[in-house]
Amino acid sequence: MTQHVSPPRDGTDKTAPVGQPPSWRGMLVRADVRTLSLLGVLAVLILIGGITKPDEFLDTRNLQLVLTQASVIGVVTVGMTFVITSGGIDLSVGAIVALSSVWATTVATQEYGFGGILFTAVLVGVGCGLVNGLLIAYGGMVPFIATLAMLASARGLALQITDGKTQIVTVEGVLDLGERDAYVLGIPPLVMVFAVVTIIGWLILNRTTFGRRTVAVGGNAEAARLAGIDVRRQRLYLYLLSGLCCGIAAFLLIILSGSGQNTNGNLYELDAIAAAIIGGTLLTGGRGTITGSVLGVLIFTTITNIFALNNLQSDVQQIAKGAIIVAAVLVQRRTASTT
Amino acid sequence: MPELTNRFTSRRGLLFGTAAVSAGALLAGCTSNESDDEPAANDQPAAEDKPGKEVTIGFAGPQADHGWLNAINDNAKSRAKKYSDVTLEITEGSNDTAQQIGQIETLINKKVDVLVVLPADGKALTQVGLKAMRAGIPVVNLDRIFNTPQAYRCWIGGDNYGMGLNAGHYIGEKLKGKANARVIELAGLDNLELTKQRTQGFDDALKNYPNIKKVARQAAEFTVESGQAKMAQLLQAQSKFDALWNHDDDQGVGALRAIEQAGRDDFLMVGGAGALSAFQAIKQDNGVLKATVLYPPTMAASAIDLARALGQGKGVSGMAEFEIPASLTLYSAVVDKDNVDTYMSTGFK
Repeated sequence: MTQHVSPPRDGTDKTAPVGQPPSWRGMLVRADVRTLSLLGVLAVLILIGGITKPDEFLDTRNLQLVLTQASVIGVVTVGMTFVITSGGIDLSVGAIVALSSVWATTVATQEYGFGGILFTAVLVGVGCGLVNGLLIAYGGMVPFIATLAMLASARGLALQITDGKTQIVTVEGVLDLGERDAYVLGIPPLVMVFAVVTIIGWLILNRTTFGRRTVAVGGNAEAARLAGIDVRRQRLYLYLLSGLCCGIAAFLLIILSGSGQNTNGNLYELDAIAAAIIGGTLLTGGRGTITGSVLGVLIFTTITNIFALNNLQSDVQQIAKGAIIVAAVLVQRRTASTT
Repeated sequence: MPELTNRFTSRRGLLFGTAAVSAGALLAGCTSNESDDEPAANDQPAAEDKPGKEVTIGFAGPQADHGWLNAINDNAKSRAKKYSDVTLEITEGSNDTAQQIGQIETLINKKVDVLVVLPADGKALTQVGLKAMRAGIPVVNLDRIFNTPQAYRCWIGGDNYGMGLNAGHYIGEKLKGKANARVIELAGLDNLELTKQRTQGFDDALKNYPNIKKVARQAAEFTVESGQAKMAQLLQAQSKFDALWNHDDDQGVGALRAIEQAGRDDFLMVGGAGALSAFQAIKQDNGVLKATVLYPPTMAASAIDLARALGQGKGVSGMAEFEIPASLTLYSAVVDKDNVDTYMSTGFK
């Protein structure tokens, strides 16, 4: 898989090593083509939505709806993109969202109000990320296995806390954030959080040493170690970051659904991985793009939205979703290789 | 070299571990869900209250990972406690077929008098039902039915088709006389046969009302999260409709949240299953939710009644037969503002 990546291992969408003009230009063009092809897919989807359901689809409320639905999984995907870029995988994201959301909505936590819920959601996410990171970076466990174990135990713990019951949130301050009155200039608060996380994520990956180290570790961990990067510490931070994103996402989900349930975050791991891969992040590591991941999330959410508006049933939705994943990746491959 | 790094690692790991543990301890206080509510249970008097022959009932159910299944366990336990002549051997719930088979085999080996089984998967557990029956232990099959009647002495369960039927009739009567009425359906998990049955019943009922047309149907996944997501899309797709049937009150929590967020109140909503939060909303009568169709978890209490009667060789009181029936399909009653108080105590969380 990694063979077709050109020699300079640094492959994020905008940054490139200075002093190598040809590959620098090639990289930039290729990255742009990748992003452009994703925008193309999105444009086609918008066209389909606009033609089939002009009144319902091309509507401010629908735009707000699509972006709101994308926020929760979007934040998770930003964290996932970092982990995958470093050559790892985090299968536990859905379970961490579930655990954070139920821990933050217990009767005891809700007594502490808005702050208590936010604090707990974020801290539980970070805590799970920490355990993942320690097991992988210092315990020498394979990411697949360590996060799979976290998936199982976090879901189990979530079930133990809720006892299978739906925990309804009664803290007004939290609920209000999900209402239309909380929109600023027509932008829902959830979407703002999503945007901020995306921008910060983009800056970290593309404009900081931390981002370059992440790419380096993913490209060739041994080379990165020899170049003086503390690979293990880097890995620890990355899973911590993914956990943090899950905690934030859990808080958004609590606002959105007004409750905590142990079934929350069902199959988020697959959605986040799929969005990142469609976006152009290499599953083998060494290349990652936040822009692409976010576009991947938006493509999925838009598809779901168009299907629901056209009253297509789940069976058709699933078949089409699979076909579109394949199509999107093929289109990307073609456009990327012809330039 | 590796040994050296390992030692170094473990010390650092210890440091981080301690940090994690203390953060955990900080949070641990927040896991409490203590409240003074009683578990959902039925106060209906038991079949025959005079103590009779001692009966040991083995109970095996799936993992109680959502409200309704949790209520099933509570109902079975509290019912058994009411009888001084009943001992309940309850297994830890499991969704794993192999594990549940093992648990039931253990109960057979313990020679319990009667078995009550709510299989994780009815078809997959047929064999162990047969095994129990052959060993002379009568089986009360709860809700998810075995492949063959040979595997149980008595089946008791809910009526999914009837749920849809009653929801459809309730909505039909409410919208009577309204020309070109539009109805939408928020279904449960489409992978399950029971969802198809509920939808079938709903459609069949609506056929009786030519003025009503079902304009949209989307399937959620019985979870709050999916209920919110699918309902938000449905509301965007249908700017005007008169009634909504939601298959499940758990996902209904999410659906109601979406309705609130969209600021809509121009239709009536009927739920399904019978959750406490739904009953409370119906009683308050200040939102769109006006009724819910039962899929009563009290069936587990009745299953204990039946198992006790089997163990003591009795029939069902109030019926002429000497034996208990081979099959009991429960009625999916519609609970609305008028009768909600009767059912309030059976609501599950």
